[in-house]
Amino acid sequence: MDQASQAASQASVSSAKVETIDVDAVNKKEERSLYKARVKIYPKRAKGVFRKLKWLVMAATLAVYYLAPWIRWDRGPNAPDQAILIDFPARRFYFFFIEIWPEEVYYLTGLLIIAALGLFLVTSLAGRVWCGYTCPQTVWTDLFIWVERLVEGDRSARIRLDKAPLSVNKIARKTTKHVLWILIGMATGGAWIFYFADAPTLLVDLFTFQAPIVAYSTVAILAGCTYVFGGMMREQVCTYMCPWPRIQGALVDEESLIVSYKDDRGEPRAPFRKNMDWDTRGDCIDCNQCVAVCPMGIDIRDGQQLECIHCALCIDACDEVMTRINRPLNLISYDTYVNHERRAAGRPEQKPRIFRARTVIYAALIAIVGLIMLAALITRSTLDINILHDRNPLFVKLSDGGIRNGYTIKILNKQHEIRRFEIAIEGLENALISVVGQEGTSGLTVPADRLAQFRVFVSVPAANAPDGREDFNFVVTDLADGNRAINDTVFRGPEQ
Amino acid sequence: MAHNVEKDDVTGIETTGHEWDGIKELNNPLPRWWLWTFYACIVWAIGYWVVYPTWPLISSHTKGMIGYSSRQDVVDKIAEAKAAQAQYLDRIEVASLADIRADTELLNFSLAGGKSAFAVNCSQCHGQGAQGFVGYPNLNDDDWIWGGTPEEISATIHYGIRSAHEDTRFSVMPAFGKDGLLERQQINQVVEYVLKISGQEHDEAAASEGQTVFAEQCSSCHGDTGQGLHDLGAPRLSDAIWLYGGDRQALRETVTNARFGVMPDWTNRLDEATIKQLAIYVHSLGGGE
Repeated sequence: MDQASQAASQASVSSAKVETIDVDAVNKKEERSLYKARVKIYPKRAKGVFRKLKWLVMAATLAVYYLAPWIRWDRGPNAPDQAILIDFPARRFYFFFIEIWPEEVYYLTGLLIIAALGLFLVTSLAGRVWCGYTCPQTVWTDLFIWVERLVEGDRSARIRLDKAPLSVNKIARKTTKHVLWILIGMATGGAWIFYFADAPTLLVDLFTFQAPIVAYSTVAILAGCTYVFGGMMREQVCTYMCPWPRIQGALVDEESLIVSYKDDRGEPRAPFRKNMDWDTRGDCIDCNQCVAVCPMGIDIRDGQQLECIHCALCIDACDEVMTRINRPLNLISYDTYVNHERRAAGRPEQKPRIFRARTVIYAALIAIVGLIMLAALITRSTLDINILHDRNPLFVKLSDGGIRNGYTIKILNKQHEIRRFEIAIEGLENALISVVGQEGTSGLTVPADRLAQFRVFVSVPAANAPDGREDFNFVVTDLADGNRAINDTVFRGPEQ
Repeated sequence: MAHNVEKDDVTGIETTGHEWDGIKELNNPLPRWWLWTFYACIVWAIGYWVVYPTWPLISSHTKGMIGYSSRQDVVDKIAEAKAAQAQYLDRIEVASLADIRADTELLNFSLAGGKSAFAVNCSQCHGQGAQGFVGYPNLNDDDWIWGGTPEEISATIHYGIRSAHEDTRFSVMPAFGKDGLLERQQINQVVEYVLKISGQEHDEAAASEGQTVFAEQCSSCHGDTGQGLHDLGAPRLSDAIWLYGGDRQALRETVTNARFGVMPDWTNRLDEATIKQLAIYVHSLGGGE
């Protein structure tokens, strides 16, 4: 604290008046029931570092979500110029310089593994950071509560409004709120579909009613989900629908930074009175501000609980109160269980250890998977072949006694230009190769960014016919740049 | 039935009144969202009864408000598919086989159509992969009894082999043994000769005797060197492909009793466009001439 604010807070001490809020936690320690009808929560506005951080994260995540499809990326002709595009009709996924074909969805697996490990890592470092700041449910609920506050006022005003009899004012406010919510919902659903088609074109189509029906129904479904999840269900989604809170308990250990109340410092709690002796009591003045700001409606002073999403708004609320009554900050703070123990044992606190077996292993795994993916991406070939050996018949005996096998060869040209290829074989003696509908085996044309299919016959004279089966390779060579793809397959003949 | 309402001491919740091994079940209500979903399903179901055909009656069923019928739906979809195919089928109907093969679009359509028509009409005898069985030719190989050009294949499909159609491809090989045209020894000799010209193990002495018999009895149809004759449907005997088997035993059986393979004519069963597609498909199997 600088001098000015120090002075200000000193000055305010004499006039310190902290409102004690009459609020019950939804899951009070004293009476927890397995099933309870929902108690409506009216989160009070918090002010402070974490609230600011949450606004920033909200702005960043929403900006990424709404704006990402509008980023252009020039891929040259024959390819879309949208940076992030999931092109279902053409079965392509574009992400900036990365282009993924359907058979390469293992990249997605890698991405999911990295995402999961990343979640494990941040959770083991700082608790439910994901839940508290970046989870879409949190972000949109926060946005919806912000709108609610804008229209209906803060906590006490909202409670009053809900209790008030029906009036023009009440109807107007409620209607405005729901209309705004639905508009946000529609914008959310609207943004989603832009990831699946050329965004500018689709936007025009959407408003001129030219867009496919699936676009409208997707918008409707997602708008509905956003409205119901963000506006109506809110914390219920986290508490009852989401499996993640149940899993996260296993990822947090005694060295993880978690939002917690220092009961050793706060207890015994008692209401605040002027000029009282802090030596005989705890710092908690039981003003319930921490409960009132909690979007989950819980009381952090009851200790760690499933419902807590670690959004840290209670820290802001408590710090504000502590400043006003001129007590040290961080009665509620990011703290480790180790420190709780150490304080209890009368030992000094220690800095949280970032490098622990758990975090190092998670980080190492992320690095390994990341490197594997990077390697796969760098060595990704722009030419792929798939070979299907005829199963019925397995082989055909020719009039001269020779054996012929049929193959369907699919050549994938992953470049954005037409390429011409030559097919050859290696490892089969005296074999003759012919391509149906082609003169010779050279100059097979595959259009840009496409797959082409060729019927190929391979025959060997009777003298070279294998006994049963013989392995050999097809070699497909790009006539222009000599790029080769080699695939092994089998030649079958009668068992002798 | 009313029973005494009993409240659980610990939770203050009403029990169901049953007791299992000293454990009493609490009568907790279902979550409300679950209940509402359930009610919504009931409302949906009632709506469904009204809108769609639902209830079976004695000789019919309720028709529903919008007159939907899944059968009619299928009929419409088939008609739609037929209409979509018509633009190709109409062109195939009038085009020559050579023209169809020269047009990539028609060729691809014919290959796909021919494949499915083959599966329905031909695979019963020739096999799913046209691989053939004893007595039913393999259509993948390069040996054709009646010719393997698209036109010849088309003629075979149209009129069949030894079928009831008046333009059918017809040939009869005499039953040399059964009808007493050849002595048993002569049959054995000619069989040895056929083994020789098809490059198999044989008795040289008997084969040279057999050559004379072959020249007299067989060469008029099968050719001087056993090269066969498409016009007469006489198979080539000097290659490795045999319809009824090429070993000593099978050959002896053929010469003694003859064979009489039959394929139906398809003129009146399949339309012209389908037969053209079939001819092109069969020709594409790899052995077409």
